[in-house]
Formats: sequence, C-alpha cells, structure tokens
Amino acid sequence: MRDHVEIRTGAYADSVTLLQVSRTVQEVSGVEAAQVAMATELNLEVLAQMGFDLPADLGTGDMVVALRLSDDTELDTVLRAVDAALAPRRESSQETGQAPPRTTASALDRTGDGAVVLVSTPGANAVVEAADAITRGHDVMIFSDNVPTQQEVALKELAAQHDRLVMGPDCGTALVDGVGLGFTNAVRPGRIGIVAASGTGCQQVLTLLHTAGEEHDDVGVSWALGVGGRDLSSAVAGRSTRQALARLDADPEVDLLLVLSKPPAPEVATALEEYAATLTTPVEFGLLGPGQRDLTAVAEAALARLGHHAPQWPVAGAENTGAATGDLLRGLFVGGTLCDESMLLAAEALGPIRSNIPLSPELALGSDLSADDHTMIDFGDDALTQGRAHPMIDPTLRLEQLARAAADPRTGVLLLDLVLGHGAEPDPASRLAPAIAAARADRPIPVVVTLIGTDLDPQGLAAQRDALVAAGAEVHLSNAAATRRAVALLGA
Amino acid sequence: MNTTVVSVGADMFADAVAAQAVEVERVDWRPPMPGTEEDLATVATDPRRSAANRQAVQAMLGVTAHLVDVAPASEVLDLQPGQFLHAGPPIAWERTSGPLRGALMGGAALEGLVDDPEDAADRFAAGDYTLEPCHHRSAVGPMAGVVTPSMYLWVLEDLKTGRRTYCSLNEGLGKVLRYGAYSPEVLTKLRWMSEVLGPVLRDAVRTVRDADGPVDVTGILTQMLQMGDEAHNRNRAGTLMLLRDLSPAMVSGSGTPAEVSDVLRFIGGNDHFFLNLAMPACKLALDAARDIPGSTMVVAMARNGTDFGIQVSGTGNQWFTGPAQVAEGLFLGDYGPDDANPDIGDSAITETAGIGGFAMATAPAIVRLVGGTVPDALATTRRMHEITLAENPRWSVPVLEFQGVPTGIDAALVCRTGILPQINTGMAGAVAGTGQVGAGLVTPPAEIFPAALRALAAAVPA
Repeated sequence: MRDHVEIRTGAYADSVTLLQVSRTVQEVSGVEAAQVAMATELNLEVLAQMGFDLPADLGTGDMVVALRLSDDTELDTVLRAVDAALAPRRESSQETGQAPPRTTASALDRTGDGAVVLVSTPGANAVVEAADAITRGHDVMIFSDNVPTQQEVALKELAAQHDRLVMGPDCGTALVDGVGLGFTNAVRPGRIGIVAASGTGCQQVLTLLHTAGEEHDDVGVSWALGVGGRDLSSAVAGRSTRQALARLDADPEVDLLLVLSKPPAPEVATALEEYAATLTTPVEFGLLGPGQRDLTAVAEAALARLGHHAPQWPVAGAENTGAATGDLLRGLFVGGTLCDESMLLAAEALGPIRSNIPLSPELALGSDLSADDHTMIDFGDDALTQGRAHPMIDPTLRLEQLARAAADPRTGVLLLDLVLGHGAEPDPASRLAPAIAAARADRPIPVVVTLIGTDLDPQGLAAQRDALVAAGAEVHLSNAAATRRAVALLGA
Repeated sequence: MNTTVVSVGADMFADAVAAQAVEVERVDWRPPMPGTEEDLATVATDPRRSAANRQAVQAMLGVTAHLVDVAPASEVLDLQPGQFLHAGPPIAWERTSGPLRGALMGGAALEGLVDDPEDAADRFAAGDYTLEPCHHRSAVGPMAGVVTPSMYLWVLEDLKTGRRTYCSLNEGLGKVLRYGAYSPEVLTKLRWMSEVLGPVLRDAVRTVRDADGPVDVTGILTQMLQMGDEAHNRNRAGTLMLLRDLSPAMVSGSGTPAEVSDVLRFIGGNDHFFLNLAMPACKLALDAARDIPGSTMVVAMARNGTDFGIQVSGTGNQWFTGPAQVAEGLFLGDYGPDDANPDIGDSAITETAGIGGFAMATAPAIVRLVGGTVPDALATTRRMHEITLAENPRWSVPVLEFQGVPTGIDAALVCRTGILPQINTGMAGAVAGTGQVGAGLVTPPAEIFPAALRALAAAVPA
C-alpha cells in the first residue's frame, strides 16, 4: 500500500462536486482510499485523520489530491480517473466560445433583466455575490449557511435600499414563479403564496397542499419565497419576510398567503402579525412554538380558508410497526424545522428532549450527539454541515448515527425524515432503506418515517415510499402525524 | 417562467434548475485572494458603493480631452530648477532604479545644474534636488517620466470644467531619456525639442485652437482604436491623425521651412508620438473619477521602476504600492531578461482607462511584439471585462462586435477573481544609461489590491 499526495494550486471545485469526485475515485479498482478536497481547515483535519502526510503552508486556494493505492496499482491510471472526474461538465456559456463569467456581476451582464440569482458558495463569500445581484436589480436566493449575522443584516439593508428580495442566507427552498430553487418539491401551480423562514417546513406544507390538490383544482402554489432561518430572529427582525409579503400581496395572482417559521423571536412575530393585518391578501401564520399549531394544522387551516376539508393524510406500512423496543425516542432528521416540530409535539407527551438544536439551552447535546434520554438531531444544522455537504446530498453522518441508535438497547422508536424533490439525491431510499433494514435486523425497532415528496418529484414518491416500507418502515406524509404515531408507540 | 437563473456555487443546484427546463448561467466561481473575504463583504454591502461607482464611471466617461496648448513646464506647472517630476508613486533617490536614476541625471545636465550627468548623482544623494511624482502635479510621464522646467508639455483640458493635465513630448525610440539614457546625443535631441519642436507645436496648436477649436484627443483615440492602435504600445494611426490635424498650421507658422521639415520628419518617424497625448487624455478622464466616497474604482496605476502603485477613488491620494515586476516579452538585439529593469512609467494610465493591454483585441498587429497570439489578444480584452465596472461607449473594438473597452477597474473585483490588470509595456535596461531593451506584458503585484481593499473597507461608515 502506498500514499500519493499532490497539491494543485489554483484549481478549484465546489465541495459537493469534490465529494462526488472522491466517491468516484474511491470506486476505481486498486484505490484503498481517496480524498480530493480544497485545503480548508476541516478538510485538512479529515486528511490527517485518514493518515495522509501533508505539506505545511496549504491555503484555501489549494486543491489536495490524496490517494492510497494498493501496491500493484498504476498511479497514472488513478490520476487519469481523478482528472476525468474533475473535468468540467459545463459548456461555455455562449456560442461565442467566451469563457464563463467569474462573478455574479459578470453573469448578470450576460443574462440581462429578470434573472434570479442562486448563491451556494461557501458562507464567507455569499454576501459578496448576493450584493452583485441586489445592486443590479435582481432578487437573490442564498443557500449558503455560515453567513455572519452582521453581514446578513447589512445585505438585507442593501436589499431594502434597492427594493429587492433576499431569500436566505441558509435558505434551502424557494419556488419562484413555479421554478424550484435549491431543495424544492415539484408541485401544481396555483394561487397560494408562501413565505417561509424554514426550508423543510415549507416543503412539508408544499407537499401536503399538493396532495390535497389532487381533489381540489383551486389548491396550488406558484410562489414559495424562503427568507432564511434567521430572518425572524431579533437581530434580523423579519426584514426579508416583510419584503416577500409585500411582493406577494401586490401580485394579483395570489389570493392567500402563508407565513411559516421555526420558533420566531416573540417581538418580531408580533410586529409581523401587525404588519400582515395591513395587507389586502389574507395571511395564515404557521409560527412553530410551544402551544402553536403544527405544520399539518397550518396546511389544513389554509385548506379551510379555501372551503375544503383536510384529506386523510396518507400512511403506508403501518403493518410493519409493533410495540416500542425500549423506552426512548430517537429522532434523526435532515430537516431542521421537521426536527423542531417533532420536538414540540413529542415534548408535550414525553417531557424534555435533548437535541443539537434544543428547545431550551439546558437540553443541548454534546458533540458526540448522544444522551441517555429522548434525543432528536438535526443533521442539517450549520455546525454539522461546516466543510461538508448537506445531509440531503450526503447522508453518511446520519446513517452512522442511525446504526449507533439502533445498537442502543434503550432505543424504543426511531423517527426519521426523508426529503425528495429537486436538488435532493436521485435515489435517497437506496441508501436509507438498507440502513433501516439493518437497524431492525436484531430486534424489530419501530421505524416511523416522514416522507416529504410529491408524485411529480424526480425521484417519484411511490417508488421511494415502497422501498422504505419494504425495508420495514412505516411511512407518513405528515410529520405531525408521524411524530404522534411514534409517541403513541412508546405508550406515552 | 421566462426568466433565467444565475447560479454561483455548487453545480448540483444549477443542474436541478436546468432539469426544470429553465436557462441557467453558471458562474465559474473561485475563492478570492487570501485574507480578503471580510473586507469584500464590508465593501459589497456599503450602501454607497453602487451609486459611487456609477458616478465614478459616468464622471470618467463624460470627459473629452482637448489639446489647448504646448508650453514649458516652468510656465504651466511653475516647475523650478532643481525640481524634478518622475513617473510612478513617490520615491527617494536611494531607492530609485537604474533607468529613473539615469533620466534624473540627464535631466539635471539638461537644465544646466551640472555639466556632466555623472556629477548629478551625488547632488541627488545629498538631497540638493526634490523629487515628486508627475501624478501629484496633474501630469503623467512615460517610462522614467522625468520632467524638468525647460521641457515642453502637452496641455489637455476638459473644456466643461477647465481641468487640465500635462505630459512631455515623446522623444522617439532607442537611446532616450525616458528609458534612462543620458549620453550627449540624448541631451542634444532634448535641446532641439525645447528649441524647435516645442515652439513649432505650440504655435500650431494655438493656431488650430483659435481658428477651428482645439484638437479633440479623445475623438482621435476613438478612431485609432478602430484602426489597430491600442494606444499604449501601438500609436501609429493616432500619430498620423495628429499630423493631419496640425501640419497645415505648422507649415504656415513661424518655423523656418527647414525646421518644419525636421519636425514633420521627427513626428512621422516616431510611431509612439501620440502616446504622450493618449496618456494625459486618460488621466484627464480618470481624474474626474477621483475622491468619490465609497467608490472602489482604480483611478491610477503607475510605476517608478522600483514600486508599482495604485490609487483608488474612495481613498483619495493614498498610494498602495508593491514591488514592480519584470515584464515578459521580446528583447531588442542581444538583450535578455537579465538586462531588464522592473516595470516603470505612468503609461499604465492607459490600461487604467481601458485601453492599452485592456484593448489588446483591437491591435492584432502587435500581439507578436508582446509575445502573444490573436486569440490571446481577444481573450485578454474579454478577461478584463471581469474586473471592470463598465464598457466605454465611445471606445469600441470592432472585432468584438464593437463592444466598448473594459472601463473602470474595480479593486474589489480584482480581489474576488484574482485576475490582475494586463499592461502592455516597454522595458528599460536595468543599468542607468542603457535605454530600451524590449517590450512585453506585465501585471501589477497582486498584494496591492487587497491593501487598497482593506483601506476601502476601513472607510465604510459603521
């Protein structure tokens, strides 16, 4: 076995691409381990842990190609595989053979008016690209997280000055005139507009309304404007939420507005409700918090405003699930808002729940993410995505924790989510289903899954649901219903 | 939706949008220059920035340079014996390079301060004379850029505001003062320029000015850019157009037929003669963009043979300097890279204004001179659009579908992309007295842009 480490100064690819490159190269025969990564602090740590010897003085502008090869493997063959995996798939932006634009400003010079900008650079660089969009009169969605709050506020002030909308930072989901940006489900267009400080919360409501819309022609969503998870905090004070509400209120094609958020700062929520009362379009609020309605109830309230009864939300695989195998609930989520919602609901019956995004500070989990208690973990939280792809793209971390939780004899019920749609893995059930089956191999731990998706999603809702059910899961469309079911199985 | 999505960052999001049959423009994003992230964010969210940069660009594009006079530096700049102007940012004698030293020594002899140029070195070292950048006196000078009181200067004016800029007369190629040569024939030619060339041009310029209105130098630049000149290393068409505009008045002026004949032959034989008008025209335009709070636009790039310096609109007269680089290119005769002095001259004011290296695409005739190919030239001009704020509607490039030249270097965009301004330049010999050794391409030292950005960020109101 031998190691090969080379530094490619000036080469760059985004972290998601490099993850895929590393995975592709790992599959080349004779490769024991491969890591192709930009030399960020975190990546260097990972490489050191893998046992690679690295030169000193590496900077974030350096790409590291680290390979561990079996003795009889040709290095050149593997390096060719690295190069092929890294080869740019993008074509030149125009037929003139012009090099692609290097900044958002330059790209906007080429596209002209009306373009929407989607920023998913590292967080420290996001505001700079977003400001290009705003000052040139374009709306911008910022998927990037780890953007300093002070920069977020400054950017949103700039957006107000230019009357533009900032969706984000840390905005996972947006539906802009029917086009999904980031992680978004494919849904029927219609006259409902959503403003959401939460990506997966928005996706839950989108998928519930889509399902209800199968029976009611007038239920559909053309606009879901994300505003970023921090928009309703005291510091940011709902700046983007107001801008988005004003925008949709002025749109004659929108008849009903929904505002969705994780638990907001109380004074910001109050001010926002006062503001909503001044709009001409009715606004239905879904602000999660103790004693507040869950997301399913908010979707049902929206349906009621349109004069419809809520349908029976679909459940599959209930026959798989028997009694709890222990006394503790373990929730493992990719969606932060789904995690929040489940904690709020389950805490009513089970008492305090420990989490990495706890409802109150004393419930925080340590860095090992485990406790001898009810736990719910959000794998999409900033702290767990620094230097790593989002769990909707790379489920490794969650699957590891799933195996750990299954091995704990006190684990009584596993509560999971799985999110389909644009941007998500092409076949997420192909990795989650075997992990569920493995978790249930020794003892039949009930596994309750919220599957966020629609029949129009690229992955196909039915196929994903069937794979999970076949692996032994019980699958719900409503996260609130799934959580109540998990609690009921625990006998609480 | 009939709109487009611009995606910057992870390719998978662009792919997800493209899968919905929506047009996606992908940004080839890369990390910025090290250590600039926070300053870039501060400057990007400065509420003054976009309006300030727009104002800077408009101010610059609104200037038309007219040739209103030719006169000695003693008259128009009140330059006194013992005062020397030079190219680039401020520098003390101890740190000057060979060509600047040689030009200063020759200038001292030209003014009669010493009999032998070699004697001047001690006087400069002793601090008997003062050195000051041309830029501090509304002037620019190519290469060493040395200006002494007796030298005739072009005087350009923005007629709307009365602002003026100045530049010396071009001496031609080979052994010349601006490349650091100071031999007797160099000084003889300079004396002829003050005794014959300057007065003949002065009379002609004044005659034309008073009869038909002053020559529109900006207008000549517009035309020459469409005739294969980039106005830094190629000024052939511009020089001939100037001759066209001035020669009738020269012939009917006060010079003797022999003098006028010498003048016409001298100008016609010097393809770079117009450079010394292109440069002050660029400075006149860029000076209009100075001192706009919040603007990140570069208003001067200049080199003294030791340091490369830039000034930025939002940070006043502060220079941000780093070591001047040695150009890459072709060498005259037996000269090689070891003979070349680091980059020197105020002529990078042309690139600052969007021509020279920035307009390389319009001058395919000289791409070999600077060691390139025609596709390189097209790519260079396009690349410069990545670091500039606007296009110049007057100065356009036919081969790029008449796209305007890349105008208004943004210090922040340079830090973001790591793309450095491309400068076409001549190369002076490193040893004082040598003269020109070659021509080629050079860039500023990268570190001066993050330094300027730091100062811009510090100036953003909290």
